[in-house]
Amino acid sequence: MDVINEWAYIGVFFLLAPVLPALPILIGSLLSPSKPNAIKQATYECGVETVGDTWVQFKVQYYIYGLIFLIFDVEMVFLFPWAVAYNQLDFFAFGAGFLFIFLLTDALIYAWRKDALEWT
Amino acid sequence: MTFGNFTPEAFAFGIFALITLGGAFGVITNKNLVRGALWLMISLFGVAGIFVLLSAPFLAAVQILVYIGAIGILITFAVMLTRSMTNITQRFNQQWWLGAIVSVALFALLMAAVIVPVWGDVTEPNRNDVADTTDLGVALVSAERVSELDNETSLEGYVLPFEVASLLLTAAMIGAIVIAREDD
Amino acid sequence: MFRSVFGTAIGRFLFGTFILLAIVSATVYFIVTPLLSGGCINDLAQCLTQSGWDAGAAEFLTIVLGVMGVATFPLLVTILLIWVERKFAARIQDRVGPNRVGPFGLIQPLADVVKLLGKEDLTPAGADKLVFNTAPVVMVMSVLLIWAVVPFTPYHVGVDLEIGALYFVAVASIGTLSVIMASWASNNKYALLGAFRVVAQLISYEIPLAMALLIPVMLAGSMSMVGIVEAQAGMWFMFVSPIAAFMFFISSQAETGRAPFDLIEAESELVAGFNIEYSGMKFAMFFAGEFMHVFTNGVLMAIMFTGGWWGPFAYEAPLLAVFYLLGKAFFWYLLSLLMRNALPRVRIDQLMAINWKFLVPISIVNLLMTALLLRLIQEGGLSPENASSFVDNIPQTLILLAGNVVLFGIVMTLLRGRARGERMTDMVVREDVELAPATGD
Repeated sequence: MDVINEWAYIGVFFLLAPVLPALPILIGSLLSPSKPNAIKQATYECGVETVGDTWVQFKVQYYIYGLIFLIFDVEMVFLFPWAVAYNQLDFFAFGAGFLFIFLLTDALIYAWRKDALEWT
Repeated sequence: MTFGNFTPEAFAFGIFALITLGGAFGVITNKNLVRGALWLMISLFGVAGIFVLLSAPFLAAVQILVYIGAIGILITFAVMLTRSMTNITQRFNQQWWLGAIVSVALFALLMAAVIVPVWGDVTEPNRNDVADTTDLGVALVSAERVSELDNETSLEGYVLPFEVASLLLTAAMIGAIVIAREDD
Repeated sequence: MFRSVFGTAIGRFLFGTFILLAIVSATVYFIVTPLLSGGCINDLAQCLTQSGWDAGAAEFLTIVLGVMGVATFPLLVTILLIWVERKFAARIQDRVGPNRVGPFGLIQPLADVVKLLGKEDLTPAGADKLVFNTAPVVMVMSVLLIWAVVPFTPYHVGVDLEIGALYFVAVASIGTLSVIMASWASNNKYALLGAFRVVAQLISYEIPLAMALLIPVMLAGSMSMVGIVEAQAGMWFMFVSPIAAFMFFISSQAETGRAPFDLIEAESELVAGFNIEYSGMKFAMFFAGEFMHVFTNGVLMAIMFTGGWWGPFAYEAPLLAVFYLLGKAFFWYLLSLLMRNALPRVRIDQLMAINWKFLVPISIVNLLMTALLLRLIQEGGLSPENASSFVDNIPQTLILLAGNVVLFGIVMTLLRGRARGERMTDMVVREDVELAPATGD
């Protein structure tokens, strides 16, 4: 199969894969009773009434983890073709890859020392 | 432009274009920002499909991994970080007519540039001549490489942009940490 | 011999596992593999074309049938896995587990499904209905998509993508999206809080997961799953680079939210985390999706690091190939079950520290070391000429293994030094504390 044909398989998979979990959910909604009332539909907060808006001010730390993950994600994307072609290349390729990874390790060490990786 | 050859690829392109544009439309018209972020991810998924149709499956996987898996999540975090973003009441500002004129002019310009053969004749790309990931890897770390068309002309390898990209990522991370930690 | 099998618990356990695996692999071989590309389904396409169908439509029909076959298998295996999990956990906790609902309690998961089908589907007030209903579907979908590239036998695979390993990482990252969707659509503070922690955990552990995957890719020279399995003809990659295998295993446990990283379902802390408001079949989908994800990661561990369908007579009898693959996957699944039931949960700050300060630096150093040693091996001419011969692979394996052992030793020394430093500070603090005088009993 050439490339387009292979991905036609994946495309059909993408279309059919949501159907398989959706079927039991639909069957469940047909078979189960449906008597909504206000108390059952109230939001759960340890058994008491909800207090305040649903928006919580979350910590900036989550965002920093996301940023560091993004940087390393892009790095990995560059490293995948390097790893695939590695066996056919010469020592220069190792040097190039080493420099690439070394620069990003520098960034990781900076983040570590500046306490950007701490949870609190 | 011929409408006679309705191949499956054209059909798939139509679907993915619809997903991309529909998602983009959903982003800008939705009053709820978190829903807008989800529409954005649908639109980016359409772009990944178009990459597959261009015989670049590696880029399609990268699109899903980086854009939907990382940037989409960051955008959603950013949206949730700010309060009262569920209901935007004012969607159009005072100069909407200027924006409309500029958009239509840009659209006309881009359509002309795509349809009218300004840079020479349009040739059908040869599907069998596609570079795979190994070629990509070789090109990424070579200082120069040999052109595939005539096996003689030497082209520039991509090792310098490769290293500059790493430097750029390092700078981005350091900058982000400096900015985010400023208030501590 | 009869007594040694059925008399001891271990004997019964191994015998039961063998029977289970034999049944499952026979089912897969006779029902699923004909539907994969390389199976009889191609003959169906030709048959239809010859009897007058349009070639494109016939191919489309075979694709649809193949997809249905491959996608249904994980769902059915999950039902079996729920039983295995409960029995295993029960035995570790010195009790029997489900044994009423059928022989050895085998029908228990079906009874659970029937119960969950009848539960009322509550949508909380103020919830975003569309996103609320789509989140469980997205989660299960992200796991099912991985099965399209799994090679079951030397001849049968759903589709042999050129970028198999990267496809796996990309599809697994869609799962984190479903967590955000579920928590935000629930309109619940606790769900949102739980979801942020969960998403931070999931995205953080994707880095060592992908970096550990780079080692088999580098050793095999290709990202396709079939290529990686066939490159392990001489030597399994687990023996060539055990650190990468360890890294992949730990990261995959954290990715699916298994103990000791199961803050996702930290029942004692956040009730149920991001799926508080889900009931009925939607909750069942989250639950089943998690088990499916663990088993899928076990299969991938088997493919990437322990040789996939390799084993004696795998080429001649593809049924044995399926048996080997499922056996290895099951072994890794049992290992993860053991970890789940034996280890305590780690705190969220310990979780992040393990990832960013332990796994990521080690995976970076491991990658560089493997790359350097591979380059030196190739320059020195020690690389195996015949990749499928065991003896040829030994020099390369020994050198890389030695490198891994050295790295392991360095890491252990550093950790021991750090632990000693922390214990010292603890002891210094404790010396200042006055001990209360002991009073009688």
